Amino acid sequence: MAQDETINYLNHDRSLKSWLLTKDHKRIGLMYLGAVSLAFLAGGILALLIRLELLTPGETIMGPDAYNQSFTIHAVLMVFVVLIPAIPAALGNFFLPLQLGARDVAFPRLNLFSFYLYLTGAVIVLSALIVGRIDGGWTFYAPYSERVGDSILFVTTGVFVMGFSSILTGLNFIVTVHKMRTPGLTWNRLPLFVWSIYSTAIVQVLATPVIGITMVLLFLERFLSIGIFDPALGGDPVLFQHFFWFYSHPAVYIMILPAFGIISELIGTFSRHRVSGYTFVALSSVAIAFLGFLVWGHHMFVSGQSAVSSVVFSLLTYLIGIPTGVKVLNWVTTMYRGSISFKTPMIYALIFLFTFSIGGFSGVMVGVLGIDIHLHDTYFIVAHFHYVMMGGTVIAMLGGIHYWWPKMTGRMYNETLGKIAAILVFIGFNLTFFPQFIMGSRGMPRRYYDYLPEFQFMHELSTYGSWILGAALFMILGYMMASLINGKKAPSNPWGALTLEWTHAAALPHPHNFLATPIVVRGPYDYHLAREMFELVPSGDGQHGEVIPGVEASEPDGRPEEA
Amino acid sequence: MGENGSGWLPEAMSTVAAEVDALFYFTLYTSTIIFVAVIGAMIYFGIRFRRRDESEVPTPVHEPKWLEMTWIVVPTILVMIVFTWGFKVFVKLHTAPPDSYEITVRAAQWYWEFEYDNGVTSANELYVPVGKAIKLNMSASDVLHSFFVPAFRIKMDVIPNRVTSVWFEATDVGTYQVFCTEYCGTSHAAMLATVHVVTDSEFRQWLATQNQDLPPAELGAQLFNQYTCNVCHVDTAVGPGLTGIFGSERKLSDGTTVIADEDYLLESIVDPGAKLVEGYGLQMPATFGSLTQKQLDGLIAYIKTL
Repeated sequence: MAQDETINYLNHDRSLKSWLLTKDHKRIGLMYLGAVSLAFLAGGILALLIRLELLTPGETIMGPDAYNQSFTIHAVLMVFVVLIPAIPAALGNFFLPLQLGARDVAFPRLNLFSFYLYLTGAVIVLSALIVGRIDGGWTFYAPYSERVGDSILFVTTGVFVMGFSSILTGLNFIVTVHKMRTPGLTWNRLPLFVWSIYSTAIVQVLATPVIGITMVLLFLERFLSIGIFDPALGGDPVLFQHFFWFYSHPAVYIMILPAFGIISELIGTFSRHRVSGYTFVALSSVAIAFLGFLVWGHHMFVSGQSAVSSVVFSLLTYLIGIPTGVKVLNWVTTMYRGSISFKTPMIYALIFLFTFSIGGFSGVMVGVLGIDIHLHDTYFIVAHFHYVMMGGTVIAMLGGIHYWWPKMTGRMYNETLGKIAAILVFIGFNLTFFPQFIMGSRGMPRRYYDYLPEFQFMHELSTYGSWILGAALFMILGYMMASLINGKKAPSNPWGALTLEWTHAAALPHPHNFLATPIVVRGPYDYHLAREMFELVPSGDGQHGEVIPGVEASEPDGRPEEA
Repeated sequence: MGENGSGWLPEAMSTVAAEVDALFYFTLYTSTIIFVAVIGAMIYFGIRFRRRDESEVPTPVHEPKWLEMTWIVVPTILVMIVFTWGFKVFVKLHTAPPDSYEITVRAAQWYWEFEYDNGVTSANELYVPVGKAIKLNMSASDVLHSFFVPAFRIKMDVIPNRVTSVWFEATDVGTYQVFCTEYCGTSHAAMLATVHVVTDSEFRQWLATQNQDLPPAELGAQLFNQYTCNVCHVDTAVGPGLTGIFGSERKLSDGTTVIADEDYLLESIVDPGAKLVEGYGLQMPATFGSLTQKQLDGLIAYIKTL
């Protein structure tokens, strides 16, 4: 059966209404991907402007107020509008049901509602720009944030509305994983991407209400003048920091856990090997999800919180550091005696191991009490979280987009351009952020519009790096868009992967994912078992036509299409 | 070491700095060794086990239990060493010796004010004697600030309605940079100060000669400089410019006009929101109300000369 003639999720109804009101998790996933990409573009352009301003001390292209607002909007867009929803809501929505062998998520209408909540929240956050200035960074520490006007109320409301979208998506995914696994897909046969999205969903459901509580308290303070955070009213500004980090530290795990899932898939697939320490990698995600609630105070070592708290939080921080480190070691040993193919997504996985490890080690350094006093609120911290968030989450996201691009669009991107761009991203990223470690530990404070001449060389390097990084990201945008027009048609399993989205769905999945209910008889990375049951589809050719599934398939049921 | 520090870190000029640095480098080098080993293994596996044939399917490897245990036990031991060490340094950074010389620090948008035991105050210039433990008792009058001296490896947030403290003992005479490291508004990056570490006798002499009777305009010029009034009123347009302001007619945001006489200048310093010049919002802190009448007279006398 030729692919052009098949009904797929893109061609079965092309009207605008069918997109805007879709209950198909794949289309919702794509809409999230579009929204997240737009926000990433806006946040990225701001980042380039920020770096350009910092090329020389004093005013380069903008004044202090414009600069202060630029880095704040950059951070708010990247954290709340991009990183938090990026992997779970875009790739998770698209691939979680496919990897589970399910027809959709458990509550498709709720899923669509989540998407519109997310858009609404983003609009509310951005409307803060109209009512007043938003500066001071994404942390919005009181009382400064309360003094510059009502924009803080808009930001927290917007973040809460987007957070509610997160809660609903998380709830949806938890139920989907529990109730909609296809026959034979036991917990220890779940792809690691599913495990990571599942762990993330737990954090989304539990952490997000705290931002709602913070919002209510801010409103009470603003409109009833009840002193909660503002010292002028008798409130305690450090309490705000506790509330903020009680949500935002777990939110860091909402951002990074799904990235772990993608990296597990990429390294397993491109090493054609069982992911080493599967059980550990799977369960450590769940463990990290819970432990992530106990370490928020490590952001506050110099805030005036009690010294005893600081000691306890420092100790607990290592409880998370160790399982994370062991995951990295498991990914590396997965490559041992594997059959490693260096396609673009695998290059991103290797870049991830490099950059995320640096992010992790620098995290251990700032978790050490005696050192953090010196490093806190310097560029060392800026470099650390960019190595984790960009070197971790964004790199994994890029790897995931390249990996699943053929399944989402039915097209192959240009592999050579893909590899060149990946290497440029690697060079540009490290040139941008590594000098920030050095200038930070030498004393350069963060959120500084201006700086002393001694830091200029490092700032220059960082700005040049940002140009390479920016060019590489635009290059990716370019060849990805070009592939939609003239890309090669993708085979249904270009990488020879074994999870259900590759082995049972056509190159472009059917609106209801599977024509027949798949029955799973092996683990997600059991390549040695798969060989006995069917021939692996060689990388990227597609000439073998239909994939011969290594599992029994039930009869197609003639379920009518939903309106 | 020396003037420019040690590569990763700036010059180390307090009694605790060397300990912080030793811990920093221990953690850095241990991390680097493990990082190189992990990335080295990754590169080696990538080359050694690269796919040679599209149809090859490797047999699964069962990683031995001892290997998994090593991965868990060795890093745990390492981080516990680092934690314990970090804890010891932290306790030292937090515990000021009981005989410390105490200085009161007040932070406001966007300047630092230091008050010594004899009532002398200085702005953005902190004078301390070398080789003596100094304890800073700090509070803020508006929003959060943070007191950071890289050369001393100390940092502490400064909070309204609360007193936080930090201590150090400088090991060498010299001048060292102070940064504000908690975002506090437009001129956050200009909220800088200098620590002048001088010998004990120089310190005593400095302390004794402060607050001498200067001519009003000179006192005003000194205060204008110390409180960095120029950041907003001369260098940038955050606040209205002051050149030739005295005696001129000011158009206010409510449409009325006023002549900028002494009374207007005084009111605008102690209560900046009372009469706003057209086109400007209320950005100036009200903290200058705490200046003495003599200091205010000096500032007005200086502004008249501009």
